[in-house]
Amino acid sequence: MAELLTFTPEELTAIRLSLRVASVAMIGSLPIGVLIAMLLARGRFWGRSALNVLVHLPLVLPPVVTGYFLLILFGRHGTLGEFLADDLGIVFAFRWTGAALASAIMGFPLLVRAIRLSVDSVDRRLEDAAATLGAGRVWVWLTVTLPLILPGIVAGMILSFARALGEFGATITFVSNIPGETQTLPTAIYTFLQVPGGETGALRLTLVAVAISVVAMFASEAVAQRASRRALGL
Amino acid sequence: MLSVAVTHRLGDFTLDAAFESEGGLTALFGRSGAGKTSLINAIAGLYRPDTGRIVADDAVLTDTASGIFVPAHRRRVGYVFQEGRLFPHLNVRQNLLYGRWFAPKAAGGADLDQIVELLGIGSLLARRPANLSGGEKQRVAIGRALLARPRLLVMDEPLASLDEGRRAEIFPYIERLRDEMRVPIVYVSHSIAEVARLATTLVVLSEGKVAAIGPTAQIMGRIDLFPLTGRAEAGAILATRVAGHDDKFGLTVLRAAAGELRVPHLDLPIGAALRVRIRARDVMISLEPPTGLSALNVLPGVVAEIAGGDGPIVQMRLDCAGEALVARLTRRSVETLGLVPGKQVHAVIKSIAFDHHAFAGAAPPAASADAEIAEG
Repeated sequence: MAELLTFTPEELTAIRLSLRVASVAMIGSLPIGVLIAMLLARGRFWGRSALNVLVHLPLVLPPVVTGYFLLILFGRHGTLGEFLADDLGIVFAFRWTGAALASAIMGFPLLVRAIRLSVDSVDRRLEDAAATLGAGRVWVWLTVTLPLILPGIVAGMILSFARALGEFGATITFVSNIPGETQTLPTAIYTFLQVPGGETGALRLTLVAVAISVVAMFASEAVAQRASRRALGL
Repeated sequence: MLSVAVTHRLGDFTLDAAFESEGGLTALFGRSGAGKTSLINAIAGLYRPDTGRIVADDAVLTDTASGIFVPAHRRRVGYVFQEGRLFPHLNVRQNLLYGRWFAPKAAGGADLDQIVELLGIGSLLARRPANLSGGEKQRVAIGRALLARPRLLVMDEPLASLDEGRRAEIFPYIERLRDEMRVPIVYVSHSIAEVARLATTLVVLSEGKVAAIGPTAQIMGRIDLFPLTGRAEAGAILATRVAGHDDKFGLTVLRAAAGELRVPHLDLPIGAALRVRIRARDVMISLEPPTGLSALNVLPGVVAEIAGGDGPIVQMRLDCAGEALVARLTRRSVETLGLVPGKQVHAVIKSIAFDHHAFAGAAPPAASADAEIAEG
């Protein structure tokens, strides 16, 4: 039993890295997710359905395919990767940032869907009311729309975080499985299972993954409930 | 001073209406679908009409000819919506103060304490809209619109979602806005009782067009508009003052230009101005001054106009010392009594016909605004 609670330094590194990757993926994709959700819910522009399909693609494509696309686009010699690395000094390939990018993209459809649903349910007549009281579009959004969609944003963030934590296929394809750099919980478990005698380590990390997920779900439930009670004025 | 002229096509419906108002409360009256809400939405800037020009005071809000369209949030047109539209995530105090953030500091107007006192919502400030009754919500919505320091207030059937009791609770507050705060109001309604009670100027809308416009008493006395104002509820308005109280029988005596009316006791001081709506169906016609009759109110007048065509019921307008009184009676009675324009008659009204719907504080004339206390 004791050995289930004694982590090796490699395992601790994988746990820390997973949390960092998932947090960065969630926070980094949030502003874009809110923007895209607003566009899809409210925008009337050419190419709206194409954007919708593009956003949802990672949900239906095999994760390996998404990872491969990322490799082509953001690899060291990829179309965007070369530009980002040479001109801006941002490197995704075989770095933890690449793992975060892969996780963000895989979680993005879930984030956008959750926010979009809550944008659809906002009573737009309240926004008209705010306008007649003197609030310009930005103020209407900040003081009326945003508070009302907050439950959806929280739900989307949790889903995105959970998805990032479990991301395997796209990550391992895009940034491989380098201990200390790109080896997250799922890839570490996979590695343990590949070597004889690695079962104990795999079990330890599995329990950690279960614990993080359960805590995250409970936390999200509590936050979302508070936010929606607030939005409904109860 | 408000001047509105708008045309707008929406599918099969065409709005093509114009009116002007010199302040007070202008009621837009008409059936559902007559274009009332479309017209005030154009005033509030919630949509851009096909063509039109809207001027409030000296500010041009919409002028399609010169491409002017001031967005809703810069118009300072306060809007009280039918269903309140309070922000559910804010409490009452925050709702009330929402517009003050954006209002120009120099605009003057009432502050929070005054508005809270005026509307009697002091005990609600910490509550959430979800915990308010319909009447409380509407009072908060009115306060919220006022605190944004509007140059003009538009109200879209603010009483329609309320029951009779709650409605009576709001009336006096709207009258106080009109008479004490002197906010110009455009008030949408399909209830003739509300309009009769509140309106200074009446605009009758029908199928997107203005069918009639003028001072409320004058429009309500026009029998040709009965099909639009609703035959059952239609009635004339008399401006009266309290002349005295008959304590023995619990009656109040009101003096109108046409004569005296005795009505069930009203708790008003002598001299108070009061608007009385006399429904056409409550008026009987007699050729002689009636005797041996229980009805207490008899006003002499002259038949001015008879309308109604070949149906069994006709409408009649009487001229009672310059004021209009309308009556509905059978065509048979008209023939039997030989009623023709110019004939001297006596209008008979039962005191009991004056239920609480009949009374409203009359809008005092602009020059002597402070002279009267108007009560409902």
